[in-house]
Amino acid sequence: MQAILDIFDIYLLEAVINGILLGGVLALLALGLNLIFGVIDVTWICYAELVMIGMYAMYFLVQSYGISYFIAAPLTILLVAILGAALHYLVIAPLLTAPPINQLLATGGVLFVLQSFATVAFGIDFRNLGIRLPVLAFGEMHFSYARLLSFLAALVGMVVVYLFMTRTFTGTAIRAISQDRQIMALMGVDTKRIYLITSALGGALAGLAACLLVLQYDVHPFVGLSFGPITFLICVLGGLGNFIGGFIAAFVFAEIISLGGLFSDLEWGYVLAFAFFIVMMFIRPAGLLARRR
Amino acid sequence: MMGQGRLAAWAIGLAALVVLPFVYRDPYHLHILVLILIWSFAYTSWSMMGRFGLVSLGHGGFMGIGAYVTALLWNHLGWSPWIGIPIGMVAAGALALIVGYPCFRFRITGHYFVLVTLALSGIVLQVITATRDYTGGSLGYTPNRASGNKLWALQFDDKITWYLIALGVWLFGIVVWHWVDRSMARYALEAISEDEDAAAAAGVDVTAEKLKITLLSAVMTALAGAIYCQYQMFITPDTVSGIAVSLQMVFAAIVGGLFVSLGPTFGAVITILLAETLRIGFGTRAVGWDNLVYGVLLVLFIIFLPKGILGSLLDRLKPQRKVPRTHEQEAVQIARPGT
Repeated sequence: MQAILDIFDIYLLEAVINGILLGGVLALLALGLNLIFGVIDVTWICYAELVMIGMYAMYFLVQSYGISYFIAAPLTILLVAILGAALHYLVIAPLLTAPPINQLLATGGVLFVLQSFATVAFGIDFRNLGIRLPVLAFGEMHFSYARLLSFLAALVGMVVVYLFMTRTFTGTAIRAISQDRQIMALMGVDTKRIYLITSALGGALAGLAACLLVLQYDVHPFVGLSFGPITFLICVLGGLGNFIGGFIAAFVFAEIISLGGLFSDLEWGYVLAFAFFIVMMFIRPAGLLARRR
Repeated sequence: MMGQGRLAAWAIGLAALVVLPFVYRDPYHLHILVLILIWSFAYTSWSMMGRFGLVSLGHGGFMGIGAYVTALLWNHLGWSPWIGIPIGMVAAGALALIVGYPCFRFRITGHYFVLVTLALSGIVLQVITATRDYTGGSLGYTPNRASGNKLWALQFDDKITWYLIALGVWLFGIVVWHWVDRSMARYALEAISEDEDAAAAAGVDVTAEKLKITLLSAVMTALAGAIYCQYQMFITPDTVSGIAVSLQMVFAAIVGGLFVSLGPTFGAVITILLAETLRIGFGTRAVGWDNLVYGVLLVLFIIFLPKGILGSLLDRLKPQRKVPRTHEQEAVQIARPGT
């Protein structure tokens, strides 16, 4: 009896720790989306598809051109940052005064475009980077090295964004705009420029997430659908635009998925997470950390 | 409002549609027409709440429930679709109420409503995939062929029968659309979509009105899913549920025109013809191209033509018609940014 309990505990602990590691990447994804929502007041439905394009970029840079992973990563981040800025310039900027639903649907159109572009250009094959990182054995528990690396890189990325937002002039302007959209233009801040920078920054975060996810998952045109919805739910659960809420919600979700997957199939972990989300929406409609009106 | 001329036009158009399959029997073209009619019905169902600013990305979930409940009851319990379809519709309606009531009660609107409903279609897709022992998972599911009475099993081999069924269902959707359009509920919902607080102050029961239209829309979408399943005899989670299907509904309704009764139908004609033309023109190389064109069109339409093709055409034909309602004006302003 005691032996069974011991084994069970080790699996449980392993699942908990794997959940935390997964949470790091989810938090990074949520951070980018929250940044854009908080500052520009737009939801990029196609955010996960930007990540997908980034993953393809990594794949081709590393596999076809033989560039080292650590040189390919900054290039990918730069590419997705440019994509983010272009998305803002071409699609969001003309719609800034439109009802929010129209902006959301327009990015839904971009989702179709990016997904089918990948299908047309790269085919529907599953591709992987071919880098197999060792598995870390710790006692009887096994952790994938790739996950650990992603977790650390995600943490570093978040700290860098935090420092940028609090220590630089541009970062301060971004935070100011998220507090009051109208008045900052009168204070001499070029809102168009700030929006563009924010979009590029959001894109860069998607690029970073792409570099990390490509280590763990195969790339295919529909890979965005497997973590896109969960990212939106995390942002809504944390309160759209609320960075700390998004951070906490990412880990809550990751734990639910990881622990749910321990007791049953991985899909049930997702189903549990979705159901948890809907229940939470009714208990705290404005997000985990929101004050009750 | 509906003059003699318009009534006559509807009657002649309908008569032509009914006679069509007996005159023109090309099976491929009939197949395309059946698909157009079924999807038109689904898009019309979506637009019934979409036109009041209730943008739902959960309708893929309702459609999936309609299709899978009907097929599962037939295969596992041997229940006829005549019983299965109503059960599927009730199930979708119940789900719509369970999710809708708290949403409307707690004033979850705009972005938040879209994302909650997005979660809903995500759940349905994941549940269908996870219960693969019963539903076949992502490999798809086929209702068993009927051995006895075809009518009882709602399985027909000839396209003409299916064409007439689809035509009937589609007509039903259009009639319901007009019924809502002429009801008091329409005015209440338009007031709500413009200003919830003001509508509530004027005595509109916001939660109840929203719930009613959501229920109607969800139940009709489930019916569309069930009919699609019976016609195609093969469903996969990705063709009848999930976020892609939900977005497809939004796309077609917007391209056709959200605020006119035949708008979603027009959207279905355009999208399905586009997909088929590309498929025939380019063969397997066309994989992905149809969605690429859809996506670009969707973005362009939202920026430049938010009232859709049919909506804009009708406006141009009758410019003196009436002052557009405020939420339509809002949408029109997008066409001229900066004004």
